[in-house]
Amino acid sequence: MRRLRQRLGAMLRTTTFHLTLSYIALFGISVSLLTLFFYWSTIGLVVRETDATLKSEITGLAEQYLEHGLDRLVQVIAHRIRNDPSGDMLYLFTTRDNRPLAGNLATFPPATPDEEGWIEFVHRRADGRQVPARARVYLLRDGLHLLVGRNIGQLRQLKQTFNRALLIGGGLTFVLAAAGGLLMSGRVLNRISAFTRTTSEIVAGRLDRRLDEHGGGDEFDLLAGHLNVMLDRLEALLESVRHVSDNIAHDLRTPLTRLRNRIELAARDAPDELRSELEASVAEADALLATFTALLRIARIESGSYDAHFESVDLARIVDDALDLYQGLAQERGVVLAADSDPACSVTGDRNLLFQAIANLIDNALKHTAAGSTVMVTAHREGDDGAAPGTVRVTVADGGPGIPAEEYTRVTQRFARLDQSRSLPGSGLGLSLVKAVAERHRGTLEFADNAPGLRVSLRLPA
Amino acid sequence: MHILVVEDDRDTREFVRSGLVQAGHTVDVADNGRDGLLVASTGSFDLIVLDRMLPEVDGLTVVRTLRASDNRVPVLILSALGEVDQRVAGLRAGGDDYLVKPFAFSELEARIEALARRTAPEGPATLLRVGDLEMDLMTRSVQRGETAIDLQPREFALLEYLMRHAGQVVTRTMLLEHVWDYHFDPQTNVIDVHISRLRAKIDKGFDEPLLHTVRGAGYKIAAGSEQV
Repeated sequence: MRRLRQRLGAMLRTTTFHLTLSYIALFGISVSLLTLFFYWSTIGLVVRETDATLKSEITGLAEQYLEHGLDRLVQVIAHRIRNDPSGDMLYLFTTRDNRPLAGNLATFPPATPDEEGWIEFVHRRADGRQVPARARVYLLRDGLHLLVGRNIGQLRQLKQTFNRALLIGGGLTFVLAAAGGLLMSGRVLNRISAFTRTTSEIVAGRLDRRLDEHGGGDEFDLLAGHLNVMLDRLEALLESVRHVSDNIAHDLRTPLTRLRNRIELAARDAPDELRSELEASVAEADALLATFTALLRIARIESGSYDAHFESVDLARIVDDALDLYQGLAQERGVVLAADSDPACSVTGDRNLLFQAIANLIDNALKHTAAGSTVMVTAHREGDDGAAPGTVRVTVADGGPGIPAEEYTRVTQRFARLDQSRSLPGSGLGLSLVKAVAERHRGTLEFADNAPGLRVSLRLPA
Repeated sequence: MHILVVEDDRDTREFVRSGLVQAGHTVDVADNGRDGLLVASTGSFDLIVLDRMLPEVDGLTVVRTLRASDNRVPVLILSALGEVDQRVAGLRAGGDDYLVKPFAFSELEARIEALARRTAPEGPATLLRVGDLEMDLMTRSVQRGETAIDLQPREFALLEYLMRHAGQVVTRTMLLEHVWDYHFDPQTNVIDVHISRLRAKIDKGFDEPLLHTVRGAGYKIAAGSEQV
């Protein structure tokens, strides 16, 4: 039930739904106006003409009375009735106390006239049929009453036919409008959805993807064209940046390695006191090379050119493996390194990259935690209620000095090292790499205060 | 060993050649893929060091062609492309190991040794022995002399890898790849701690140390007579 409501809510929020609704409203208003005009110019016209006829008839009869007296009016009415074999015209002329003087109605119909003096009633004809009638009552001089009416059965029928047609037409209009709205908005939104799909692929690192151009030259093609040109330039720029950084790293790494290797070979035959000096130089060269490698790797992961091998991996298992690797180091430093994970925290990811990220976090935590404290590593599933896949959160919490909240964003920048950690070994690239790995997996890297210490969380979509 | 080095960059080629000759190997060289393939398929080599990006015919094609003609010679692929992701492609093509340029010579040497040993005819070994240190792979027990040594599973795996490559240098990267099965760059030398714990278990209290650290390169397990 809740899921149904959620899905309904999601549907009600879609642009398709809004556009279709607007389309139905627009279509409905147009058809209503048209119908109104139609009614006014057909049935309305007949009604107005009927009323006009009755009005002029009653005025004419009243004039007869005024000019020629009561007997003449009685005569005229009788004459009119005789000349109307259809019996559609209705007359009644009575005295002040409602005694009929002439006409084809026996008594006044039991209806109260509206403010213009019109009444509508059911007339029982001589042949027994009941017909609707409309009439006007006129009060003559001396308190005499004159009623002139007309059978409006045909008009009523016409109105009913019109109403039925209106009902069917209205329903049809709604259906057509809904279908048309869905079709039109669907066509527009299909292209927008295609754009969204493509752009999300591009955001995920597939910079070679381009938006479809249908070649019709419409606004969408224009937009797609502009975006594609933009993407081409962006890709070219990224490519050249990557090229430059790769080249720099490559150009520096190669001679540095050569230097390192020369020293290494020289050290083999060197006398002892010189050898230790040469071996220390090799170690420093190795550290420099490691920095270059890390830089290149971060650049490659960030630019999406790192060809990660995605598969289903269990983060709890990776945490265990990382703990196994670092446990010795932790014990040597007198730090308690412990894990507490949910079983089977599966995500889709590159196991080597994820291991590297978690290892970097543990490495950092161990570096900053004093002997006697604890570093806690956990992997937990979050928010998977069966409906939507949740996330897996890997948290490394240390008991070190922590970092101020305003530094949280800065620590993931390349070579960002806080003053307090300058004395510790490290390249300042560890967290940058973790962040790059997190983003490559559409995850996030979050920092929080562990009071005391730092709590770093890697959140990855399951 | 008779080793073929196929590398188009003259400096690297010369460096690898002189290093290997100095280490006592016989070395042939080729500077493009076509020549490399020709020499490799006509000569008899114990190992081929092959650059991935070569003129004429690229390295992966050379490996594939060799493998297609049922040539099983161990191939170590060198590549400037770097990174773990691309080594997979190299290994899939039929390479036996993969080394990222620029590399430390000791790393190259260690991997060449390991490859040569891997292909050496070897019976179904159930007992590994270095000096008076014995590892029984069936009962998963280790003893030195008369003393039984109790090892954790990971320590056992670490010692097994070292003993399978007894007398050779194994690098930290090789240990991470084969014992921990992860390709990654540790920020700190975590392996050292594992080695020193292992050393405490197998060498402490004995006159002759077996587990040696080779500075700038890695580790080596060897008894006195096997030390080079």
